[in-house]
Amino acid sequence: MTVSDLPGSGSLEELGVQNSWTSTAWSLIRRQPLGAAGLFIVLVMIFMAVFAEVITPFDPEENNFEFMLTPPGADFWLGTDQFGRDQLTRIIFGARTALYVGFTAAFVGAFSGLVLGVASAYFGGWFDLLFQRVMDVFMAFPLIILALAVVSILGPNINNVIIAITIPFIPQCARVVRSSALAIREIPYVDAARALGFSHRRIILRHMAPNVMAPFLIMLTTFVGQAILLEASLSYLGLGVQEPTPAWGLMLQGGAEEYAESAPWVAIFPGLAISLAVFAFNMFGDALRDVLDPKLRSR
Amino acid sequence: MYKYIITRLLLAVPTLLGAALLVFILLRAVPGDICEIKLGGTGLYVDPAEIKLCQDKVGLNDPMHVQFYDFVTSYLTFDLGESMWTGRPISYEIGLRFQLSLQVAIMATLVAILIAIPLGTISAIRQNTWIDYFVRTFAIAGIAIPSFFLGIMIILGLLIATQAWFGEPWMPPIEYVSPLEDPLANMSQLIWPAVATGYRYSAVATRMTRSALLEVLREDYVRTARAKGLMEKIIINRHALKNAMLPVVTIITLEFAFLMGGLVVTEQVFNLNGLGNLFVESVLNHDFTMTQQLVMLVVLIFVITNLVTDVLYAWLDPRIRYS
Repeated sequence: MTVSDLPGSGSLEELGVQNSWTSTAWSLIRRQPLGAAGLFIVLVMIFMAVFAEVITPFDPEENNFEFMLTPPGADFWLGTDQFGRDQLTRIIFGARTALYVGFTAAFVGAFSGLVLGVASAYFGGWFDLLFQRVMDVFMAFPLIILALAVVSILGPNINNVIIAITIPFIPQCARVVRSSALAIREIPYVDAARALGFSHRRIILRHMAPNVMAPFLIMLTTFVGQAILLEASLSYLGLGVQEPTPAWGLMLQGGAEEYAESAPWVAIFPGLAISLAVFAFNMFGDALRDVLDPKLRSR
Repeated sequence: MYKYIITRLLLAVPTLLGAALLVFILLRAVPGDICEIKLGGTGLYVDPAEIKLCQDKVGLNDPMHVQFYDFVTSYLTFDLGESMWTGRPISYEIGLRFQLSLQVAIMATLVAILIAIPLGTISAIRQNTWIDYFVRTFAIAGIAIPSFFLGIMIILGLLIATQAWFGEPWMPPIEYVSPLEDPLANMSQLIWPAVATGYRYSAVATRMTRSALLEVLREDYVRTARAKGLMEKIIINRHALKNAMLPVVTIITLEFAFLMGGLVVTEQVFNLNGLGNLFVESVLNHDFTMTQQLVMLVVLIFVITNLVTDVLYAWLDPRIRYS
């Protein structure tokens, strides 16, 4: 399922944002300066990820022992690591890994949570009770065990890291969506849809899901940031993306602590990249919350 | 109220059972076992008969339902059984590291409270000024900066600062000392991981303090207090903050449950031999019995914290009644 399958997912018009692109951008910067800054960083990251090969002349995976641990300078703007690889290049290519993991995990997790949460609220009764207990188990279960099991069973591959990160997202989103959907279930149009003889699937996907878009979109943006952070943490622990794939968390693991004193740039720049990326998605998510949640508006 | 607590406790039973089943199946689905790692770890050829003998000894060849039964009964009787890796009782291995992890967790909570409440309050009172923007940015940065990166930066900062001031670099001690034996040495080791974890932990609480206080400051009783000419300080401290603390207390206790999980990474950075470290080790060693009991411990802490939070909420706010 993709975004375009769901009606209402592109409903920015409803929020009063119907002007041209430039004026929209201007009003965003004026009303949500932090959110606009976040969006800008996200766009820069996407640009880096898409055009990585064009931006940098270096290879992110090839070792070059001639230039081991070179400090930042004219040739290597952010220095090189212990294998002589250009740090800036690895950070640029790392954006690709981070965004791939971030967007995939967030979309799959949030969508599964959306459908399951709405279904749970819609059916109610035994299904709801049982479903809530299953969600409880996954919420309480330590992520590291889940990640380790998934990675050891399926192999240390970036897609399996995504699976490990996605699983805890589903109950988080399902819970939030369910509580919003519980209120919607009582509104007559759901009864009307049922009276018209629509199938459960149609009522859940076309009538209820579009109406819990606000909490869903907020969850979605925070999930991207969280997923980037989780991937970095798992890679740092050696349970995530494996060498030589360029990934920010991995760059911090690969000897960054060892060389912290003599070559601090090995640790500083990848860490800054992670922080900045998560920061940007959170800022953007916050701004989105202000716009979408009428209760918090004008605050 | 008692009825509510009992219902919640009963609802925790399926959660615990579900978690037990999940960890049991997950561990056994992973290829390889502890005997292969123990005996074949050096890459030498190992006689299959020897591996079989080892598997018999740790109980890996028992039928699945027997293994599960043993696991659940050992959990219910608080006996916990023995670690497959060291052969020592699991309660001993956990007890050894529990003190350290609990101390870091409590210190991190204190750091979080000390950061969150003053900053959140200032941010709310001075809403939409540069102080407010600064605090909000500082709080979001706390969520965004990975705790392992913050940890590396703290160590690096310490090295550079001590080098500059005292002429020789200083690192926090690696050996754990009980706070009762030598409080100073204990603090000089554990304050850094507590700050790294606590800052991250404070971020959500700061934001919660700010938004809760903003909401309360709009209430009628605050307007009444202002109207009768009370000092702003008294209004904030006695009237507003007290009422705004509810969700903050909730979020702080709730986050405590996640702290145990968060320690896994922090302990790795600071080389601490705590529960998080034990967790990673036993998973990598395929130490089924140890991992199972550690997972159950984490899940139990999670369930209890959730319950305590809800009860605390009702106790602090008499308007809330659970039925």
